Amino acid sequence: MSLLQIVWKSLRQHAFSTGVTAFSIALAGALLLSVWILQDQTRRTFTGMDAGFDAVLGARGSKLQLVMNSIFHLEESSGNLRLEDFAEIQKNPHVELAVPLALGDNVKGHRVVGTSLELFTRSEYRPGLQHVVEAGGRFFDPNNREAVLGSFAAHKLGLKPGDSIHPSHGLNYAEGHEHEDEYVVVGILKPSNTPADRVVWIPLEGLQLMTGHTEKAAEELSAVLVKLKAGNATAGFLLDQKYNKEGTRLTWAWPIGRIMAQLFDKIGWFDRILELIAGLVAVVAVASVTASTYNSMNERRREIAILRALGARRFTIFSAVVMEATVIATVGMVVGLVFSAGIFAVVGGILRTQVGVILEGWAGHSVLWWGPLVMVSLAALAGTIPAWKACRVDVAQNLSPTS
Amino acid sequence: MLLLNITELQKRFVDPEGKSTCVVDVPRFSIQAGQEVALRGSSGSGKTTFLHLISGILSADSGRITLDGIEMTTLSSSDRDRLRATKIGTIFQTFNLLQGYTCLENVLLGMSFGPGPDRGRARQLLERMGLANRMDYYPRQLSVGQQQRVAVARALANRPKLVLADEPTGNLDTVHAAAALRLVREICREESTALLWVSHDPTMLSQFDERLDFHQLNRACAVSGIAL
Repeated sequence: MSLLQIVWKSLRQHAFSTGVTAFSIALAGALLLSVWILQDQTRRTFTGMDAGFDAVLGARGSKLQLVMNSIFHLEESSGNLRLEDFAEIQKNPHVELAVPLALGDNVKGHRVVGTSLELFTRSEYRPGLQHVVEAGGRFFDPNNREAVLGSFAAHKLGLKPGDSIHPSHGLNYAEGHEHEDEYVVVGILKPSNTPADRVVWIPLEGLQLMTGHTEKAAEELSAVLVKLKAGNATAGFLLDQKYNKEGTRLTWAWPIGRIMAQLFDKIGWFDRILELIAGLVAVVAVASVTASTYNSMNERRREIAILRALGARRFTIFSAVVMEATVIATVGMVVGLVFSAGIFAVVGGILRTQVGVILEGWAGHSVLWWGPLVMVSLAALAGTIPAWKACRVDVAQNLSPTS
Repeated sequence: MLLLNITELQKRFVDPEGKSTCVVDVPRFSIQAGQEVALRGSSGSGKTTFLHLISGILSADSGRITLDGIEMTTLSSSDRDRLRATKIGTIFQTFNLLQGYTCLENVLLGMSFGPGPDRGRARQLLERMGLANRMDYYPRQLSVGQQQRVAVARALANRPKLVLADEPTGNLDTVHAAAALRLVREICREESTALLWVSHDPTMLSQFDERLDFHQLNRACAVSGIAL
């Protein structure tokens, strides 16, 4: 009989405690892996999400709020800027593309964003990828009351081309606040896995001139998405100087990724706490393997004594117990990997619903190999404590049955 | 040929009160290869300790034990384990079968720490013990007599040079005890294995030509006043 067979026999004999211990490792492992992957993926996704633009120009206020409002379609707007500001940035020699955004309405909680067709036709939300309308639809005609819906918004609202919508006033839905204006859905965007999927897009003028909006709204914008010309590294700094340092009326949020990264840096302490909790849970789970194996040594003293009387060396007994702890941790971590994939899917689903971003795949993350390796190694190391106890069992004393 | 030679063997134990007591003090004892020896002794006389010293489970405080030309008292714990696994087979009064293992696995386990598992030999021995149709049974599914026969098969599995039998028939009735002894002797003779049979049962002891009284062998008994 090989050592592995002896270990397998022992684990089967103590199937219940083996199962419970492996389950606790699975839960701890899943928590550890999920925390690690989710915080990394969330950071990467949010800092990498720029909708294909370099900067956002908006009213004076927080850069983060401006980015959240214009790129992620979350948060309130920090204010408006004038049409002349848009014209000025559009003409700036460093600017390749400037796309205006006007916000202020919603369709049953989904933001209505007024913009120009260039958002769809001239910009790439990811390198090489442009927004595309599903078959049977088209982009809106800026001269008509037409709307194009993000895929997620269309799905949630149950709308298809040909249906009509009445935007409601404000960013949050309240019954009875619908505008009189009726928009016809003319297209549904193919899923882009970006916050654009959650938005109802209409022509800029449509939102500006919506019945019930003030006259001032026709001369204002919520923000301008700006793409700088390639090859000019100083353009961003120059505009930062112009708007943020010298000017007092507008905010130049650039570069978008760094602004989001600053947010994550600010809440980095929370990540550390999560990591600490996950780490502590993992340590407790590993300790449970030690405790469970250590306690079982008392009831297995006779078994160990018999093995030793048959010629098993102390090292053989020591190895068997360490291997037992290792096998329990390995089984636990295999189950833990499955659990963590489940947690990732659930959290990913929530993020997609709430923010519209899709996390990258669960597989392929480095923690998926080093996490289990660390846990199994820790369990093997912890297994040396009961293993030491096992190989010190007094053979002569424990060969006779205890009654 | 001399198989086991013991000289001036001593073992002391310290009780919880700190008092040191000599349990085994055997000046001289030997067994020839293939010899059968019966050792008589009452409970508490130190017989089991004596057997544990021979098998290397316990280490002696002083004296020499030479088994098959190897001086055991100078060996490391690990080497004593190896020697025990390859050259000594032990039959315990309480059988000491592992409950989570089948009959066949118990015998194979005995081989694992010695020359290695030999499934054919294990099956052959169990068949010889009349357990051909019980190989996959667990010890709890067997009668006491059958369990004893599994223990005998396990002790003989590695073709040991010496079989130590510590009150092996203490839990059996007279008929089963006689049958167990017959089987052990039969195989030991076939394989030229020496047998040291420890018992306090006169019927069993009378089966042996060579009978020794452990109380006379062990000077510690005289000192402590343990009676026969």
